[in-house]
Amino acid sequence: MEQKYAVTVDDLTVAYNYKPVLWDIDLMIPESVLMCIVGPNGAGKSTLIKAILGIIKPIAGTVSIFGKPYEKQRSLVAYVPQKGSVDWDFPTTALDVVMMGTYGSLGWIKRPGQKEKKASLEALEKVGMLPFKNRQISQLSGGQQQRIFLARALVQNAAIYFMDEPFQGVDATTEKAIINILKELRKAGKTVIVVHHDLQTVPEYFDWVTFLNVKKIATGPVKDIFNDDNLTKTYGINYKVSVQE
Amino acid sequence: MLGSFAVLRKQSLLGDAISHAALPGIAIAFLIIGVKDSNLFLLGALISGLIGTFWIRGITKNTHLKSDTALGLTLSLFFGFGMLLLTFIQKQPNASQAGLDTYLFGQAATLLIEDVWLIAIVAGISLLILLVFWKEFKILLFDEDYTKTLGFNTNFIDILITTFIVITIVLGLQTVGVILMSAMLLAPAAAARQWTNSLGVMVVLAAIFGAFSGVVGTGISTVVGNLSTGPVIVLVAASIVFISFIFSPKRGLLFREIRFRKNRNNIKMQKTLAFMYGIAKTHENISHPHTIKILNDFQGFSKRSLQELVDFNYVKINGQQWSMTQEGYEKAANLYDQQIKDTHE
Ligand SMILES: Nc1ncnc2c1ncn2[C@@H]1O[C@H](COP(=O)(O)OP(=O)(O)OP(=O)(O)O)[C@@H](O)[C@H]1O
Ligand SMILES: [Mg+2]
Repeated sequence: MEQKYAVTVDDLTVAYNYKPVLWDIDLMIPESVLMCIVGPNGAGKSTLIKAILGIIKPIAGTVSIFGKPYEKQRSLVAYVPQKGSVDWDFPTTALDVVMMGTYGSLGWIKRPGQKEKKASLEALEKVGMLPFKNRQISQLSGGQQQRIFLARALVQNAAIYFMDEPFQGVDATTEKAIINILKELRKAGKTVIVVHHDLQTVPEYFDWVTFLNVKKIATGPVKDIFNDDNLTKTYGINYKVSVQE
Repeated sequence: MLGSFAVLRKQSLLGDAISHAALPGIAIAFLIIGVKDSNLFLLGALISGLIGTFWIRGITKNTHLKSDTALGLTLSLFFGFGMLLLTFIQKQPNASQAGLDTYLFGQAATLLIEDVWLIAIVAGISLLILLVFWKEFKILLFDEDYTKTLGFNTNFIDILITTFIVITIVLGLQTVGVILMSAMLLAPAAAARQWTNSLGVMVVLAAIFGAFSGVVGTGISTVVGNLSTGPVIVLVAASIVFISFIFSPKRGLLFREIRFRKNRNNIKMQKTLAFMYGIAKTHENISHPHTIKILNDFQGFSKRSLQELVDFNYVKINGQQWSMTQEGYEKAANLYDQQIKDTHE
């Protein structure tokens, strides 16, 4: 039987300057997995997500979501950017940021109404940030900002979630809370893709893993491929192998 | 008003670049038509302003130059070219009637009633656009990448914002001139940011500050006489910024200092109380008197905080002895819990 893939990436190559940052990536992510992308700093993890989401234009390659081109399937995909990518001094409140998650389904010009507000409050509740709803975002701690970003993605009510280092700078309690939310999402049949740095927690948190370092090293179930061999190939001394043409 | 967006985009130099870029447009418009017609001048300014702006966008997108560099480059290039043309024009016989130099520093007195109308109409249209695309503007300014993933055409929103900034600047040129225009664009917005944490309020405040500077500046320059209007307007706007940075209750330097001192005293007092609590706890009777001397060993102790503790009725003083009240005891016992709660509120 042919398996249904949530995300299919074909021959994806990305370069910022001359040197390719991602080289010929083929990736098939099955539906309803909780997957992490691991790799050293500068491996291209963030770039991979950005290229999949069309934020960066790849040099070559295609991305499809449930078998159709990504452009047609945007509403099925939610994104949690790396926290440092925005200016947290921006004059707005936590609730307001979460509401931005509803803008996509609203489309141009239409304003969010009661329905959107209710959904946003629920998302805030889910991440335990309801008491902070009217707080200025500049006055939130790093972990709280991270949870606001998560809530904003939850509001999108997507089928696939891409998250860039959602555990960055959060304490152990928050990390557990976030991973529980992610596990719930998977249980509800959603596909969750997370850039993750803490190799120790990989087997506990995730059921699928992709090793990335410019090239894709391996991808598959954690229990099958999360081993020293792949880790060495990804993180080993000679991981800065130059890309062969 | 639109300055708010420029400030939030951290593209403060943009205003400068655009207004300088507009100069050659004015000069070229004059060279082509040969007479002074402020509407055509504006059109020329608009075109060259837009060219300059999109040039900057092109440079930053396609090369590795930082946007500051691109802005600076474009700014000096266009301005230099504009000045060159201006000098050339000045040598022409009909230069005197052109009055092109008013565009350098601006001269509100040269405004005709039609000009004022034009400004009013354009301001109205920008306001309308701003209201219509409010949500799109806001999300683009906060998180451009995310906006893209939601399916919005971020280029379109960006061009819309930029175009309106350019139009606003070009219209302002006649009033405050090329050199001071960017100050006029940014000052009200920077001042407004000090007073509020809401984008909506910020934009409205910026508009009010801008209008206020315009009216008061024109007023002063008329009353005092012989002062050119533009610089006076900018000075008024600058004073508003100055006042805002010092006095605004939320972000201002003055109130921050006051709050900080109050807070520090408060913490000192609490620490003293906690220290006393530690001593009092060792006795069965919590109100057992102790000598004040022990407190001298404690670092955070000051006469003032002791007095405050007495004022709060947490502590009683009797000669050289102090004793804790029941109230103070409970307060101290709850102190830690209270603090944890406060920081997590
Ligand atoms: N905007 C950019 N312009 C030029 N080069 C870039 C840009 N962003 C990233 N790079 C380069 O691309 C490579 C991959 O970067 P990327 O951010 O995808 O790495 P990453 O795997 O997410 O790393 P980290 O673990 O540090 O987040 C790095 O070598 C980086 O220097
Ligand atoms: Mg990254």
